[in-house]
Amino acid sequence: MEGTYSEKVMAHFRNPHNVGEIPDASGVGKVGNPQCGDIMNLYIKVENNVITDAKFKTFGCGAAIATSSMITDLVRGKTLEEAVKISNRTVIEALDGLPPIKRHCSVLAEDALKLAIEDYRKKQGV
Amino acid sequence: MKRIYLDHNATTPVDPAVLEAMMPFFREQFGNASSVHEFGRVTRMAVDRARDSIAKFLGISSASELVFTSGGTESDNFAVLGVAKALRDKGQHIVTSAIEHSAILNTCKFLEKEGYKVTYLKVDEHGLVDLDELRDSLTGDTILVSIMLANNEIGTIQPIEEIARMVKGKGIAFHVDAVQAIGKIPVDVKKLGVDLLSLSGHKFHGPKGVGAIYIRKGTAITTYQHGGHQERNRRAGTENVPGIVGMGKAVDLAREHMAAESARMTALRDRLHRGIANTIKYVRLNGHPELRLPNTLNIGFKFVEGESILLNLDMEGIAASTGSACTSGSLEPSHVLTAMAVDAADAQGSIRFSLGKDNTEEEIDYVIGILPPIIERLRKMSPLYNG
Ligand SMILES: Cc1ncc(COP(=O)(O)O)c(C=O)c1O
Ligand code: FES
Repeated sequence: MEGTYSEKVMAHFRNPHNVGEIPDASGVGKVGNPQCGDIMNLYIKVENNVITDAKFKTFGCGAAIATSSMITDLVRGKTLEEAVKISNRTVIEALDGLPPIKRHCSVLAEDALKLAIEDYRKKQGV
Repeated sequence: MKRIYLDHNATTPVDPAVLEAMMPFFREQFGNASSVHEFGRVTRMAVDRARDSIAKFLGISSASELVFTSGGTESDNFAVLGVAKALRDKGQHIVTSAIEHSAILNTCKFLEKEGYKVTYLKVDEHGLVDLDELRDSLTGDTILVSIMLANNEIGTIQPIEEIARMVKGKGIAFHVDAVQAIGKIPVDVKKLGVDLLSLSGHKFHGPKGVGAIYIRKGTAITTYQHGGHQERNRRAGTENVPGIVGMGKAVDLAREHMAAESARMTALRDRLHRGIANTIKYVRLNGHPELRLPNTLNIGFKFVEGESILLNLDMEGIAASTGSACTSGSLEPSHVLTAMAVDAADAQGSIRFSLGKDNTEEEIDYVIGILPPIIERLRKMSPLYNG
């Protein structure tokens, strides 16, 4: 069964990074996946236009948990302009690929990030 | 690493005695059972012996009512398509349940495209079909009722005898998919009152790719696979002799051990259930509390998703399943749990443990010990859980 996922995916699945919530988050993105019913909450902390912290909570399959872990790693230290450019493709590549049926799981992570940034900007009144 | 197999409803290992019985039929006794020479006569006798043994086990009075196939899927297709075709002029309505195996459901969907009407009966929260709905659904146009004896995902056992009484005398063929029941609970076609019944070798320690269908004498059914004269013209193709012999041996073993095994299995199953319920909060049993296969335990773990549980179990050497083997590659929650009105998120977090004759108490206790930290870790990651 592990063979269906890359080593990288399994590593992130076994030991996900950045699990949890940020109580005073600058932005929160909550998404549900209509295809499979899975859910992801992404929290970001923004200081001087840079994402200084990111955490997640995910109800989902192995791919959903691994992409959550990876995207929170990827956004840390990025400016908002850099962060919005992170697509699900970026995440899939960083994970050394996902099985075709699991591609949509990474869309969950991309959407959650976009929403978190949008939420932050809304709060800033931009 | 210790490996523990708890996925016997997907498939079972061939019993060593079954393998031993099969072996001669690959090299020494390789003849075509239709041949008149000695090579053929030997294999013909072996095929007939297996047929007699299986027929006796299922309460079939004449062994010629049993036709060998390539497995459960073919038997189900044969039953549904064969009856639909044979009775097309009488009517075009089929009644089945929403929780059937895809071998039945997708065959019915195919027939819908051909113009047939299909009623998919609802089930209650335990997975039992609604008998009133069944009675009301029968019309003068109904030609076939197909209901499974035991469900592969949750193990719920349907009241087949009662359904047979409702269907009887109306010129409707009654088919039962008994693939998951054989070898686990007694199955007697006379007692059940069915016209057609499907079984499959690999679900009860026989080989894969061999099965059979019981066709009661007088049942209108059109041949499904055309070709040679094998199986009294009802199923063409050179017999899978090693497979048939193996399935026959598997039945012999079931006849000998089923009563004791099923008691042992029930005890192990309930031990696992108690162990889980005592150590993990927010769990539910999917399936009927009593009317259930002795080996099947389907548990919903609230707030977590099934595949991530399975991956964690797999890392610990434990093999279980999220539903039927055929649908675990799909994203939708189980059609069985959905039909039982299990909430979508809860359905996603359901795991099927299906036990077999090689499982031990130690293995079950190992699983009971492994599960709580896995569930706890995943719940800590879940946005649905505030614990
Ligand atoms: C209830 C039921 N029917 C039919 C089948 C199909 O049987 P087979 O795998 O022999 O084609 C299965 C097994 O997956 C089953 O569980
Ligand atoms: S299957 Fe739903 S997120 Fe992967």
